[in-house]
Amino acid sequence: MLSLDDTISAISTPVGDGGIGIVRLSGPQSEAILRRLCRPVRLGRRRPFESHRMFYGHVFDPESAEVIDEVLAVLMRAPTTYTREDVAEIHCHGSIVALNRVLALTLRCGARLAQPGEFTLRAFVNGRIDLAQAEAVLDLIRAKTDAGQRLAMRQLQGALSEHAAEIRSQLITALAHVEASLDFPDDEIPSLDIASALHEVEAQLGRLIEGASKGMVYRNGLRVAIVGRPNVGKSSLLNALLRTDRAIVTHLPGTTRDTLEEMLNLRGVPLVLVDTAGIASSAGLVESLGIERSCRELETADLVILVLDGSQVLQSEDFRIASLIGNKAAIVVVNKMDIPLMAEHERILPELSHICLSALTGVGLNELEEAILAVVFAGGAISSDPLLVSNPRHVDALRRTLDHVSSAAALQSSGAVASIRCDCEDILAFSLRAAVTALGEITGETVGEDVLDAVFAEFCIGK
Amino acid sequence: MPDRTYDVIVVGAGHAGCEAALAAARMGASTLLLTMNLDLVAQMPCNPSIGGPGKGHLVREIDALGGEMGRNTDRTFIQIRMLNLSKGPAVRALRAQADKRLYSLSMKHTLEHTPNLDCVQGTTERLLVKDDRIAGVVTQLGRAYAGRTVILTTGTFLAGRILSGESSYDAGRAGEFSSVGLSGCLRGLGFELGRLQTNTPPRVDARTVDYALTQPQTGCESPLYFGHGTEVDPLIIDGVAWLNPVFPVTQQTQWRPQLPCYLVQTNELTHQVVRQHLDRSPIATGAVAGAGPRYCPSIEEKILRFPDKRSHQVFLEPEGFATSEVYVQGFFTSLPEDVQLAMLRTIPALATARIIRPGYAIEYDFVPPVQTSATLETRRIAGLFLAGQINGTSGYEEAAAQGLLAGINAARQVQGRPAVILGRDQAYMGVLVDDIVTKDISEPYRMLTARAEYRLLLRHDNADVRLSPLGHELGLVSATRHAKVEDKCQSTQSELARLERTWISPTVAATVLQGAAPDELRNGVNALQLLRRPEVDYNQVALLAPPPESLPPEVSEHIAIEAKYQGYIDKQREEVERQARLERWQLPPDWDYGRVLGLRAEALEKLLRFRPATVGQASRIYGVNPADISLLLVHLRRTGR
Repeated sequence: MLSLDDTISAISTPVGDGGIGIVRLSGPQSEAILRRLCRPVRLGRRRPFESHRMFYGHVFDPESAEVIDEVLAVLMRAPTTYTREDVAEIHCHGSIVALNRVLALTLRCGARLAQPGEFTLRAFVNGRIDLAQAEAVLDLIRAKTDAGQRLAMRQLQGALSEHAAEIRSQLITALAHVEASLDFPDDEIPSLDIASALHEVEAQLGRLIEGASKGMVYRNGLRVAIVGRPNVGKSSLLNALLRTDRAIVTHLPGTTRDTLEEMLNLRGVPLVLVDTAGIASSAGLVESLGIERSCRELETADLVILVLDGSQVLQSEDFRIASLIGNKAAIVVVNKMDIPLMAEHERILPELSHICLSALTGVGLNELEEAILAVVFAGGAISSDPLLVSNPRHVDALRRTLDHVSSAAALQSSGAVASIRCDCEDILAFSLRAAVTALGEITGETVGEDVLDAVFAEFCIGK
Repeated sequence: MPDRTYDVIVVGAGHAGCEAALAAARMGASTLLLTMNLDLVAQMPCNPSIGGPGKGHLVREIDALGGEMGRNTDRTFIQIRMLNLSKGPAVRALRAQADKRLYSLSMKHTLEHTPNLDCVQGTTERLLVKDDRIAGVVTQLGRAYAGRTVILTTGTFLAGRILSGESSYDAGRAGEFSSVGLSGCLRGLGFELGRLQTNTPPRVDARTVDYALTQPQTGCESPLYFGHGTEVDPLIIDGVAWLNPVFPVTQQTQWRPQLPCYLVQTNELTHQVVRQHLDRSPIATGAVAGAGPRYCPSIEEKILRFPDKRSHQVFLEPEGFATSEVYVQGFFTSLPEDVQLAMLRTIPALATARIIRPGYAIEYDFVPPVQTSATLETRRIAGLFLAGQINGTSGYEEAAAQGLLAGINAARQVQGRPAVILGRDQAYMGVLVDDIVTKDISEPYRMLTARAEYRLLLRHDNADVRLSPLGHELGLVSATRHAKVEDKCQSTQSELARLERTWISPTVAATVLQGAAPDELRNGVNALQLLRRPEVDYNQVALLAPPPESLPPEVSEHIAIEAKYQGYIDKQREEVERQARLERWQLPPDWDYGRVLGLRAEALEKLLRFRPATVGQASRIYGVNPADISLLLVHLRRTGR
């Protein structure tokens, strides 16, 4: 639920922009959170956390004491700040992964992940910015929530949502039992082994979080593999996409010399573009190693862009590569439209959309971007990796869900309580509700009527 | 034309009407209470019980705020119990079985002895409205009464229709006329009306029950009251002489005579009878208009929806000390009388039962409260307030709570004072009103503790702390009572502080910890920490560290709960704080939502329909999401609100 009185946190630079990323906090807890996470070094005669003064130091995990990144940080006390609230900024130097970990730490220390445009919203509500800027806020909220929501919906149709929905329904069942026994003490409510149900949920949540925090499946965008035989213009297409004004971001070296990864923020949708080595059948040994990797990239990609050379007639390699795509989400790009078209490209994968463009002149790039977004929002490009938790918001929500489930489980099993008398089903319900609420940040559902619906659907309430 | 103008006219003398009239009159407003039948004020047409989880909380709050329901119940109950005793302090709740006749009689006595209050018998036929402002009412006989405000508490009377088997007829309750004119009048004024349904079980003759085949449920051994610390004289001083000897009482409670309830079960034969006659049930065939309540389904619905359940509980509840009528709780039905009898007689304890009053279903008009603001005043007609079942709620307690609030707000309006709206963090009454003005009503609304997101703050033990200061300020709670509540707060604070200062050695602590002290206690603890342990109660701590003077039990209970639950209570208070600014942020009543660019169509439609009073309310409307609220805030701020 929206609030104006808590502390919000977000990465305030575009995803992957340059070598520096900023985690920004605003709200009453900003200073406390900064002090918990950030240890200044080499202050000289300056006092730590002096307002509006940048200092150098380290961000560390307060639980494990592990150093996450070396940073520049600044605390700006209200009211002379962007939002007129206490604001803290942590400028990270490390990778996008480090940036995400710093963000996750601020969330664990009590901040809430900001909604799109929320800093600006606060700035406006607190009288910091004027009418013209307000219009921009409206646009921002409208645009980002639309794209963001649709993207979230897509992600939700993947496996994470299935997991979350499954966990949620187990929690709702447990909660419905507790609520029914609280509100209908004279009715016959069948008993449920809540302790085992909660331990089961704890284990499931643990697996999801573990997967995410080990970075095994931690990803920051949809993987888009650019494939095609050599010299059709894959690299120039990649560069052309990155050259567009809102594009470039980091230069992550590819895992081998044969693939190159680039991050691209396409109208708020983070993409990882993977330029694969050319796939050709008549290749030497070194190149065929690269080709093997390219095929693997093709397999793990969420979306494939097949590049054809429009200035040449189609070759058998083009058809062979097209056959490797299988039923993956894909787009066919016919490059080199600045010179006369020779290829009868309609013969290849005619059911897909074909975009004719020139990576050299930039003609047709917009159409390609539209096509990519169309595929993304149509849901075709979302991976079905069962443990994909790619979003720090989700990891954070899962972690808080687990905390609440564990405290609920502790009430059930702690020896002291069980041997005397539970005496605290109201607290049990409180913890379960908090867990469902936290999980709801992933599934987009709040706790409300559905608990009562479950009560009335499952139990014959009659007195 | 009328010779005088009342400040407040209350139409209907049920639980909402009585509270409304008493509150207004006690606050100094000249008040008229108009009812169809003065012999039937504060009737309990359905179950004879008051309280239970959620509902009992409401009654405590009504009492703390200066209402009558709690004390009136205390004067007249035949049994009282504390429910959920072992499930945690937030959900502990009282439930009493009332003597229906005495309840009514006692309430009538109170009404008739309240200054500023006239009780008059008359059927209100239409409302007098001038320039979208209420001006008074006119009765069936053409008599006009002028009023500055009017509170409608029509219960199930608005175009009420009773259904029982194949027959149906117009009625407000069994044996009473329905109110048809008023329904039409409201429609004529432009109100949208909806239809709801509810049902009531048969009553059987106590002399035809075989009690040996029942399981008695007795009342509490020690005194319990809804009222806060006021000495209550039971209306039946010499109660034992009144007790109907037909009800077996194995052991009478010492502090006050009580009657048990008796539990029996349906069986496969009962269910067979129901199944054979489903075609004669207007509920099962859908002949009843409107949605019925899910929490007290008819016996035919129970058997249809839960075919695997082999038996259902049925509670036989005496309707009073002296009467022979027994309410068959759990046996709600719209089946015809002959089937009702056949069903009942399949239960061994009721094998020779005789029905005194058959059960029936009733459908009635209500005014969906999207048309009402959180002060319970309608948005369409200024000065017209609605309370109780007319707002789509169900239950005596829910009705009384709204009646009290409507009475308060009508009187405040006449006196030119600001309206009283209770927060969701302040009272179940606040949850109730906020729910009905921000949600669509699809079944009669009943209070449940599950509806309160700040349940740990809204407890039985602190209703007085939460509401009596306000009640005192309104003129509804006496100075003596108010001082007592202030004492309670004071003692709680000082005792908690004292406990925190008092050190207890590990050896002493071990005496109450049942076994060796855990590691964290090895260096000793303060008394407050000791009290927070689940296995320790206040009396044990008070023995180890005696307070300067011993505290009354209701205070020590409050202290123990505040101490043990502090962590959770603090969390809930933080949640309340987070929402505070949005809850306070007023939305202008005539706000042009169409000009808020970017609102989704669904959000726009809902906001226009519900017209929330605050941003907080807007955020609780189903179909309005946080992004919509952000847009709203920007727009509000931009136009300088």
